[in-house]
Amino acid sequence: MRGVRKSFGATAALAGVDLRVAGGEVLALVGENGAGKSTLMKVLAGVVRPDAGAMLLDGRPYEPRSPRDARAAGVAMIHQELALAPHLTVADNILLGVEPTRAGFIRTAASREAARAALGQLGRADISPDAVVAGLSIADRQVVEIARAVAVGCRVLVLDEPTSSLTSEDVRHLEALVKRLRGQGHAIVFISHVLEEVRSFADRVTVIRDGATVGGGAVGSLSNAQIVEWMVGRAVTELYPRSPRTPGAAVLEISGVAGRRLPESASLVLHRGEVLGIAGLVGAGRTELVRAVFGLDPVRRGTVRVAAETGAAAPARRWAQGVGMVSEDRKAEGLALNLSIADNLTLSRLGGLGPAGLVLAGRQAAASRRWIEPLQIKCHDVSQPVAALSGGNQQKVAVARLLHHDVDVLLLDEPTRGIDVGAKARIYALIDELATQGRAVLLVSSHVPELLGVCDRVAVMCRGRLGPARPVGEIDEHSLMQEAIGHG
Amino acid sequence: MTPWLRRLGPLAGLGLVVLLFAALRPGQFATSGNLEIMLLQTAVVATAALGMTLVIASGGIDLSVGAQIALATVTLATLLARGWSPAAALLATVAGGAACGCLIGGLVTGLRLPPFIVTLGMWGGLRGLAKGLAGETMVVAPTTWLNDLLTALPPDRRWLLVPPGVWLTILLAVAVAVLLQATRLGRHILATGSNESTSRLCGVSVDRTKLMVYALASALAAVAGVLQYAYLTVGDPTTALGMELDIIAAVVIGGASLSGGRGSVAGTLVGAMIMTAVANGCTKLDLPNWVQEIVTGVIIVSAVALDRFRRDDD
Repeated sequence: MRGVRKSFGATAALAGVDLRVAGGEVLALVGENGAGKSTLMKVLAGVVRPDAGAMLLDGRPYEPRSPRDARAAGVAMIHQELALAPHLTVADNILLGVEPTRAGFIRTAASREAARAALGQLGRADISPDAVVAGLSIADRQVVEIARAVAVGCRVLVLDEPTSSLTSEDVRHLEALVKRLRGQGHAIVFISHVLEEVRSFADRVTVIRDGATVGGGAVGSLSNAQIVEWMVGRAVTELYPRSPRTPGAAVLEISGVAGRRLPESASLVLHRGEVLGIAGLVGAGRTELVRAVFGLDPVRRGTVRVAAETGAAAPARRWAQGVGMVSEDRKAEGLALNLSIADNLTLSRLGGLGPAGLVLAGRQAAASRRWIEPLQIKCHDVSQPVAALSGGNQQKVAVARLLHHDVDVLLLDEPTRGIDVGAKARIYALIDELATQGRAVLLVSSHVPELLGVCDRVAVMCRGRLGPARPVGEIDEHSLMQEAIGHG
Repeated sequence: MTPWLRRLGPLAGLGLVVLLFAALRPGQFATSGNLEIMLLQTAVVATAALGMTLVIASGGIDLSVGAQIALATVTLATLLARGWSPAAALLATVAGGAACGCLIGGLVTGLRLPPFIVTLGMWGGLRGLAKGLAGETMVVAPTTWLNDLLTALPPDRRWLLVPPGVWLTILLAVAVAVLLQATRLGRHILATGSNESTSRLCGVSVDRTKLMVYALASALAAVAGVLQYAYLTVGDPTTALGMELDIIAAVVIGGASLSGGRGSVAGTLVGAMIMTAVANGCTKLDLPNWVQEIVTGVIIVSAVALDRFRRDDD
């Protein structure tokens, strides 16, 4: 077994990070956004050079000057946004830059063979080397990217939030693949926000905060509470606070709703002072249901009733009825990234920010500033473009829009996806506050512990059909997953 | 860098251009007479560029403004020749422009076609319409007060400081600036240009916003056509050929983003002035036309490159 060791120490963004990973080991690296993970990765990949400290690879100094250097030394980075050429084939991608050639011509058969060998090593011989990458699923593309690293003999693989765009089914496949690589003696660094995944994937965990290593150890010997405490720097008493609340009158009634393609049939009643969760696999039709209810997609059949009004309606009407929505896709739909925080926050309700239909910048900023402190949005000023904020703070702006609008019904589609624990805790606390005030929250999530922790009732959607909503006391993670995959 | 400093970027560029020519041709470039001429030369492009600022800020583009300007000169001249009063002819011309804009906006939103394609079609279609309406010739009309809009001021009206057509452009610029920066429609235009999905999610009627943008922009193009008529004193279906590119360049030099979500009226005006100052200054330096064209090209690319550079600095 070849031991792989590294230790770091750099100033500013990295104020002394120590990290070691051995061959045949999976190390989880966790930390909030802005903790220095990405800088650390850049140092490791040779994009940025450390000011101080030493890195050792197999006991020898490791000083990469470029990502190419790093790869040549056997260190590969698999980024969240995959770096594949979509129009080329799997084999072309795996051997990009290291194509076997004879007299300048690519030896097609040899490159196909090399690609097949790399995929075989990953246990994924089912992916054809001749397939065009654009036609593959996200999960398979990720496999191709890992195969590319393996094909050039990389021994250290860094996976940067590899599960963030995968379905839970694909996450299980990835877990098997990671364990297979571990068995082959690779050293793997696994970056994730999701503690459950850290537990199932990794052997050891290292936590960094403010650019320094603050703790770590064998996964089995640490509690979630301990890891979270290291991440946020204080004890988080309760990630999922739940104040006593009593459901009131029904505000949103959906019966037999069908969308253009999905959902096929969905019925539910949402009451004031209630958090109702919708669970299910990706692609089950949960997002489509929320979009149809909010008027972004057509309702093919069935009725939506908000308070006393019945019928489908455009988003403008829904806002006027006191219904607001947070989109699952923060970057493409949820926020206009190059507009300011203030513009994003107030876009749905610009009225009242000046006389006679005018929108005065001063009033708009003042109205926006009201939400910075309660939501702990980290920014210099509300005139900053949203793109300058971290993911968690961007999401808080998207949620703050609903608060500015003062809605009664909140439709939240995956509001905590890809954001750090601190921001998650803030959003959970907010959901609790809002429900306690008598507002109604519909929460779509793929993260079952979150649903069980936050909601009063949960309904499961499976292949376009929404099951009955049950109190959280009567369900557990296992029964929820059974229902989601259609074995309920 | 603060937003204020960023806004001053194009202005600094204009100052540089003016200083350069003033130093190279002392006593010829920076005179009040030449300044008036430059303002006259800028008025048409600047007025149309106001509308283009709205279009580009909303994430669209209009390649047919040149044709719209030509159509407006022909419409105005034809109506005047038929004995309409100047005021009525002017109103009808602007209304006709707004109708063209509604057609463009309707095609963009109704058929979900890219504005580039729709206005590329209009670029040919409206030009053809102008030629047909004019019988493929110049349309001569009786002289009215409209002709005084863009002529150098006679001595007895020096108190106006600049010709009335320039005042018209300035007034419209103030109105469009207020519209874009301080009204709901303005915010909706910028939001639609920045991210259409977000706007829809927030209850903005994206289609109605775009329709308004194209209607307003084409009405402004028709006003530019009226000024062009005043400048030419005839209706000419072949005028303003290629002017759409000058207009787009003025908007882009002024700091607007062709991908939408960003645009400034003040920047656009400065952009238009830079284009005129360069053309006028090159003439004063007796540089041949082809040099002017190369210089203009260089300025467009470097202005946008500088803007990108400053933005990446943040």
